[in-house]
Amino acid sequence: MKAGLALLSAFCLTACGDVVADTKSPPAQPQPLQSGYEFLQPQTQALQDDDFANPGFLWIDRGEALFSTATASGSACSECHTDASLPLAGAAAHYPKIDAESGDLINLEGRINLCRTRHQNEAAFEYESDELLSLTAYVAYLSRGTPISVDIEGAAADWYARGRDYFETRRGQFNLSCTQCHDDNWGKKLRGDTISQGHGTGFPAYRLEWQSLGSLHRRLRDCDAGVRAEPRPYGSDDYLAVELYLAKRAEGLEIETPGVRR
Amino acid sequence: MKTPSRHTALARRSFLQLGAAGIAAAALPLQAAADAADADAAIREIFGDKPLNEGRVSVKLPPIAENGNSVAITVAAESLMSPDDYVRRIAIFSPRNPIAEVALFKLGPRAGKAEISTRIRMAGTQRIRAVAEMSDGTLWHGSASTVVTLAACLIG
Amino acid sequence: MATIRIAAPDTASAGEVIELKALIQHPMETGYRSGPDGKRIERDIIEKFEVTYDGETVFEADLQPGIAANPIFTFYTRATASGPIVFKWTDQDGESWSETHDLTVE
Ligand code: HEC
Ligand code: HEC
Repeated sequence: MKAGLALLSAFCLTACGDVVADTKSPPAQPQPLQSGYEFLQPQTQALQDDDFANPGFLWIDRGEALFSTATASGSACSECHTDASLPLAGAAAHYPKIDAESGDLINLEGRINLCRTRHQNEAAFEYESDELLSLTAYVAYLSRGTPISVDIEGAAADWYARGRDYFETRRGQFNLSCTQCHDDNWGKKLRGDTISQGHGTGFPAYRLEWQSLGSLHRRLRDCDAGVRAEPRPYGSDDYLAVELYLAKRAEGLEIETPGVRR
Repeated sequence: MKTPSRHTALARRSFLQLGAAGIAAAALPLQAAADAADADAAIREIFGDKPLNEGRVSVKLPPIAENGNSVAITVAAESLMSPDDYVRRIAIFSPRNPIAEVALFKLGPRAGKAEISTRIRMAGTQRIRAVAEMSDGTLWHGSASTVVTLAACLIG
Repeated sequence: MATIRIAAPDTASAGEVIELKALIQHPMETGYRSGPDGKRIERDIIEKFEVTYDGETVFEADLQPGIAANPIFTFYTRATASGPIVFKWTDQDGESWSETHDLTVE
């Protein structure tokens, strides 16, 4: 307990200085770019690397099964998405992106739900439901190893700026911004934990703490709650904007779903 | 001399106090959930009062576990695993979890090899114990310890 | 609904000791945890894991809440005859899930 406090205060002395959000200069990008994987203990890395034991594959298997099952009123995802037509390999690496039809920013979860409503005549899955997590993990897994690359031009530009603003704004009772931890103090200890660069490349990921697979937005809710700020709702515009900012910031890193985290 | 930096210093102190309260609160659910059980009693309950011999049982754990929710463990017992010389049962015990018994495995000569790997919960740093009962009724004991780094409570 | 993953060889020679791995999606809820609403989450665990092969139980485990969520087991058996290896999990309420793997012994 005492040692933990000392670590926390050591961290605070370096992190609690004044940081003024300056959205004109280029955004900070941690160098060299490192996935959260690099900050894990070897045992946890080994679990992620094991394509049998990695518990994330339980959701991916379920997602694969859902993908090829026809729904009550529509065809299976696999009937429209084959290797020859509308293949999904690599697709997840370009999300979030603007949906041409509605002009809205959508992430992978949102894209899958659009297919549910537009192409399958089904109701959208609830965010963080087992079905949506499983399908998202499966579709993201089809892009494992693909470098992230997102479009922040045109209609996406405002979303990107909003995401950056969210990332650089202090919040919560602890009055800390994402950037103070993930740009300025990555690699440092925060009690037993090592702060990573805060990339979303492993998500949906299996967190030992959750004992379950969870979405990137669940992770963001944990970070907001950690500084005693009110977490935003799943799928909220704020988190979609941050997700786009994070994806741009992580460009060059590869999708590694299913990640395993502590 | 009133400077903004003084305010920052004050804010820093209250941040730390908050941190302390947060740490105490977040540490509670895992630690104080239940009293640690008596591993010796649990061993006797399953295997009876026979003496525990040291050796023939090995327990493998990582030196550090980042999260006590899931720690990889391998337990192995030395045995010929032949029709008349084999391992009958192997059990894993935690002296610090609310329930000392973690799992009880029943094997037999057909196993071919008395080795089991699984993942267990650990309510903090401790020495995990394993007991193997051989076909001749003798009991053998081994153990290993892991430092469990609790996940930072500041960040769920 | 529980997703199950099995890793086992499809073929083996008679007498060979083969490795079996089984993973099942289950929370193994300890009964000691509180949910986000502060209420205690009820205990919900798999209590038994049993593997039969060639007419016999070859591996059996009694599980306590100390087994991690989404239980995984790696263990061994000696290949004897061609036939199904049946993996079966039973929870505290008697609900069970199983999966069969066919092994050919040459
Ligand atoms: C007090 C420091 C702190 C703040 C502020 C903070 N985080 Fe985190 N964040 C952490 C810690 C600790 C972890 C878990 C370890 C790690 O970094 O992967 C984490 C994890 C993450 C991860 C997962 C990384 C991975 O590879 O699994 C992402 C993404 C993330 N944070 C984004 C954010 C965003 C966006 C914000 C602002 C809304 C934020 N964080 C605010 C400390 C912080
Ligand atoms: C009736 C055909 C049809 C079905 C069924 C269908 N989709 Fe789609 N999907 C499309 C089309 C067409 C697009 C291209 C965008 C558009 O027109 O909406 C698309 C786009 C996508 C994309 C984005 C691909 C990219 O490159 O950006 C993903 C991901 C996706 N679908 C996943 C799914 C999943 C998961 C399911 C099942 C839940 C599913 N789709 C069911 C027709 C379908």
